[in-house]
Amino acid sequence: MPLLEVRDLVTEFRSSGGTVRAVDGVSLTVEPGEILGLVGESGCGKSATCRSILQLFGGSQGRIVSGQVLLNGIGDLAKMTERQMQMVRGKEASFIFQDPLTALNPTMRVGRQISEGAERHLGLGRHAAHQLAVDLLREVHVPSPERRVDAWPHEFSGGLRQRVVIAMALAMQPRLIIADEPTTALDVTVQNQILRLLAERRQKHQTAIILVTHDLGVVSEICDRVAVMYAGRIVETGSVDEVLDNPTHPYTRALLAALPSAAMRGQPLIPIEGAPPSLVAPPPGCRFAPRCAFATDMCRQGLPPELAARGGQATGHLDACILGEGR
Amino acid sequence: MFQGIVNRILMVIPVIFGVTILSFLLLQVMPGDPAEMAMGTRASPEEIEVIRVQWGLDQPLWQQYALFVRDCLTGSFGTSLFHKLPVSQLILERLPYTLGLTLYSTVIALIIALPFAIVAALSRGRAIDVAIRQVFVLMLALPPFWLSFVFIIFFALNLGLFPTGGVGNGFLENIHRLFLPALVVGLSTAALIQQSLRGTLIETMGADFIDTARAKGLTATQVFRRHILRNSLISTISVIGVRISWVIGGTVVVEKIFSVPGLGSLLIDAILTRDFPVIRGLTVFFALLVVMVNLVTDIAYAMADPRVRLR
Repeated sequence: MPLLEVRDLVTEFRSSGGTVRAVDGVSLTVEPGEILGLVGESGCGKSATCRSILQLFGGSQGRIVSGQVLLNGIGDLAKMTERQMQMVRGKEASFIFQDPLTALNPTMRVGRQISEGAERHLGLGRHAAHQLAVDLLREVHVPSPERRVDAWPHEFSGGLRQRVVIAMALAMQPRLIIADEPTTALDVTVQNQILRLLAERRQKHQTAIILVTHDLGVVSEICDRVAVMYAGRIVETGSVDEVLDNPTHPYTRALLAALPSAAMRGQPLIPIEGAPPSLVAPPPGCRFAPRCAFATDMCRQGLPPELAARGGQATGHLDACILGEGR
Repeated sequence: MFQGIVNRILMVIPVIFGVTILSFLLLQVMPGDPAEMAMGTRASPEEIEVIRVQWGLDQPLWQQYALFVRDCLTGSFGTSLFHKLPVSQLILERLPYTLGLTLYSTVIALIIALPFAIVAALSRGRAIDVAIRQVFVLMLALPPFWLSFVFIIFFALNLGLFPTGGVGNGFLENIHRLFLPALVVGLSTAALIQQSLRGTLIETMGADFIDTARAKGLTATQVFRRHILRNSLISTISVIGVRISWVIGGTVVVEKIFSVPGLGSLLIDAILTRDFPVIRGLTVFFALLVVMVNLVTDIAYAMADPRVRLR
């Protein structure tokens, strides 16, 4: 039984340019203790999908239009009221944000920020909350946590701040952590430390993680499965080995071909020509068809193709291309 | 922090020195001779000359200035030509009323502005927000003298709730007697605070760390009080500081209308009678007050925002 099952999720954002359907029929599952990588270009709906799961839309006017977000033992999050969601956030599933420089409240000591969620949900007293914050800082390898617990966010480096954000996400031992590009804003060396921290957590506590990234190297390093998104839809999903070694969707292939690699040294990189379609008024048919080298007239009409198994085998490797063999 | 405060106080010295020069020179170019004003039109030139010599107005400029600086340094700020009293004594007698009125009006402003800023920010763009903004802009636009008269006619004369002016004895009595003038001044302060706080609240509501706070499962009230409001109030501190500096010297009209014997009335009377030492002394004193209010504002800001340190 999956820990999280998202079915046909549709999320819209109201903007000055019209209603943007940032998530358009996304389905995905996360098993307990699994790390799922969610990859794609900027604006493809990775973040919007993650934010929809916990209904954290920030200052923007986001709203789940249809679909289900089934959390094992809890129910359909998409149907929950704000008050019910408050009992889920942090406790059942927590969120790690992209930019640690802006994700912390500048006027609250880091220890308090780490423990205040647990204070509310677990009814901790001041002393217990303080001790919890120290323990969590130690767990995310912040040096001298007893002293650092009373520091202000601006006294920390970017990497340390992201550790604080992770400590916050771990505070109530959630079964699922959603990490929205947790390393994008950090130095490469710090990136690895943060990723190792997440992998460590999964190892120790069987915490499932959805890791949003646009870095396929990160995916191959720590993810079990991967879902590739394009223009609000998932176009290919499967185990990391399957998808990265044997991609079947033209978009995934193009994405992999665009990566610099040691073998291609000295040769020019191959970019994907064109730009993703507008999500205010997307084109009919496959969203990738306008940029796809293999597109036929069939690709450019009707509804976007659904995810389907390749070659009828039950490997869990699915793609959304009608040109695939055996179809 | 302590070193920062000391540095700020040292920085005040050149500012005040500049103010003494400016206030002294301004009075020299001001038309009207105090001796002539004092003696009236029927006095002979000889009689006026006697007064001029008596008041030291016949001495060279630099000497008059040196005397002025000496008076400032000794703390007397000179002697009033008409009251025959040290300017400092006149100021100290009236200071409590002006300071009281300033603080009173600021408290009223905060009581009015805070709830409306919060309601407006939470209902941003909706009819309530627009309505609140228009009422507050109107309050800012209405001239204080007009508002004073409306309040006097309505609250004092028609309803008899408040006196038409003057001050009384004791704290409670003055809270009652000074309510209308404090309200007039407080309404414009409220408008300034409401507009700035509403904007900051909306900006803070969209900040990333608000998402972080919500992701912890905090209630909407907790997120608002601990994370949104606290951060937004910090910038309100500077708005209040700037406004207080302005109100201290800017309540002249309201003080006159409500017969509050504050520094504003003292200044007006001194200007009308060309009481040079009082005008000069008050100018320097106002400058000192403004600098001190700024210092207090900076200290408050540094205490409220951990990122800010006084240097």
